[in-house]
Amino acid sequence: MENTIITIASGKGGTGKTTVASCLAMSARQTVQFLDCDVEEPNAHIFLKPRLTREEAVSLDIPHVDHNKCSFCGRCAEICMFNALAVLADEVLTFPELCHSCGGCWTLCPEKAITTNRREIGLIKSGSAENIHFTQGELQVGTATSPPIIKAMKKTIQKNSLVIIDAPPGTSCPVVETMEGSDFVLLVTEPTAMGLNDLAIALQVVRVLDIPCGVIINRGTDVYSKVETFCRENNLPVLMKIAVDRAIAEAYAMGIPAVEAKPELREDFRKVLNHIKGVTAGERTCCH
Amino acid sequence: MKELVVISGKGGTGKTSIVASFASLLTNKVMVDCDVDAANLHLLLSPKIEERHQFYSLPKAMINREKCNGCGLCEDTCRFEAIKESTVNPLGCEGCAVCSRICPENAIEMVDTVAGEWFKSNTTYGPLVHARLGAAQENSGKLVTMVRSQAAKTAKKLGYDYIITDGPPGIGCPVIASIGGASLSLIITEPSLSGIHDLERTIDLLEFFGVPAMVCVNRWDICPENTEHIKEICRKRKIPFAGKIAYDNMVMLAASRGKSVVEMNSRIIDEIIKVWEKVFEVLCPNMKL
Repeated sequence: MENTIITIASGKGGTGKTTVASCLAMSARQTVQFLDCDVEEPNAHIFLKPRLTREEAVSLDIPHVDHNKCSFCGRCAEICMFNALAVLADEVLTFPELCHSCGGCWTLCPEKAITTNRREIGLIKSGSAENIHFTQGELQVGTATSPPIIKAMKKTIQKNSLVIIDAPPGTSCPVVETMEGSDFVLLVTEPTAMGLNDLAIALQVVRVLDIPCGVIINRGTDVYSKVETFCRENNLPVLMKIAVDRAIAEAYAMGIPAVEAKPELREDFRKVLNHIKGVTAGERTCCH
Repeated sequence: MKELVVISGKGGTGKTSIVASFASLLTNKVMVDCDVDAANLHLLLSPKIEERHQFYSLPKAMINREKCNGCGLCEDTCRFEAIKESTVNPLGCEGCAVCSRICPENAIEMVDTVAGEWFKSNTTYGPLVHARLGAAQENSGKLVTMVRSQAAKTAKKLGYDYIITDGPPGIGCPVIASIGGASLSLIITEPSLSGIHDLERTIDLLEFFGVPAMVCVNRWDICPENTEHIKEICRKRKIPFAGKIAYDNMVMLAASRGKSVVEMNSRIIDEIIKVWEKVFEVLCPNMKL
């Protein structure tokens, strides 16, 4: 059996990504590897309640200048596209928070005066809850760059398993890093003008990456049908609609997953999983 | 000039709806949408775009096939794993240009990339500076810095005293770019365990960068116990509590029609006005609204 990697994304924040991702994992009739890649604000642990048993730091290489070897030629500052070094008359300043760890300075220093230090940017925590192998990333507060943590988390993906990834909101680098290599992207949206706007942008990202996708409409009401029209026009299958329900919101507030508040939803989530497995197995085509 | 930045940590807590409501309560201000990934404020304010500008990210690598001899040095050197078989994946390229510098054949060029657009617009409630980052692009922090500085310029030119910013979710690059040097940051949270978890990280972030914070609980009645818990966190961390806003289906309805809450006859308008008055007190301690 091949891996099936499903990423739950949305564009807009707060549409229900974590709810959908955790409900899918809890509804699966098999072992699931779950990655919470919303490393800025990871929340899935609140619902899946894993026992976290391992913790590993993620760090980046940053330049360390040996002032005895340095000739203060200024080459490193000149080539750094991120302004992470400044060369003065007899000192080189480094700004680790600006460094992207591209390696330009230590690769190209004519005096070989630059080596590397490590700068910690976050943590990867892992553990398990029943049938779920759980991993979450945590960006250190005050650090700007989350993609290296996401990249490190994705290296822990094991072969031959069902992988469910909770993505961060938005449409830029952290989202791209999360989606890349997925077999299917499930876009969660809500029936509002904002939900639709951000669904359309998220869909563009998915199309750029050329990944099959489908939609779940959360907090469904009858007052706004434009999301469904959009899905129809763009050949995007709507795999599930979750009706607006204060009981789900109240359960969510207490960290109770929707499938525990409404056990009947479990079967619907299983259908979504089966559909996705069908698509990824090439039985159906969708959204291409 | 005073700049109020509305952020939330967790997405979907109601930042944009609340900013749009504030917009109708203050006259001499410029509004900014710093959620450049998934901008939404324009949906509630129906702006007329007056200026449109392209936004360039760092130039990205492109390999000239005719010059390339396939030695693979670039692939080995790229720390972003953005080069495979002498082809650059533009989504992975961060524009560091190391490959173009080490290529023995001089076969790699750095090419300008349009990564998005930013706009100056006018709305019923005043000027709005907003942007749209292209799908799957980098440098959202840079674009945020761009729209913020343009908003400051606009406010200065018009002699306005205030900037109200709708911030992005999270605590990473675009959020850091949104809050630096702001006068005050209002955190909109919700009384869920997720909301609380993210609120605490957001408070940590604001403390880290020395930006004064206030907290408002949206949809407080979904869980009154958690709302009390949030108040307790504010007390402990010495953060002024701006107030609470009840759950109202009308907000969803307003959002689905692309209107701001105060335009709808919602029962929560008074609560929003109270929050605004508290925020203004802290933003401008010696002034009356």
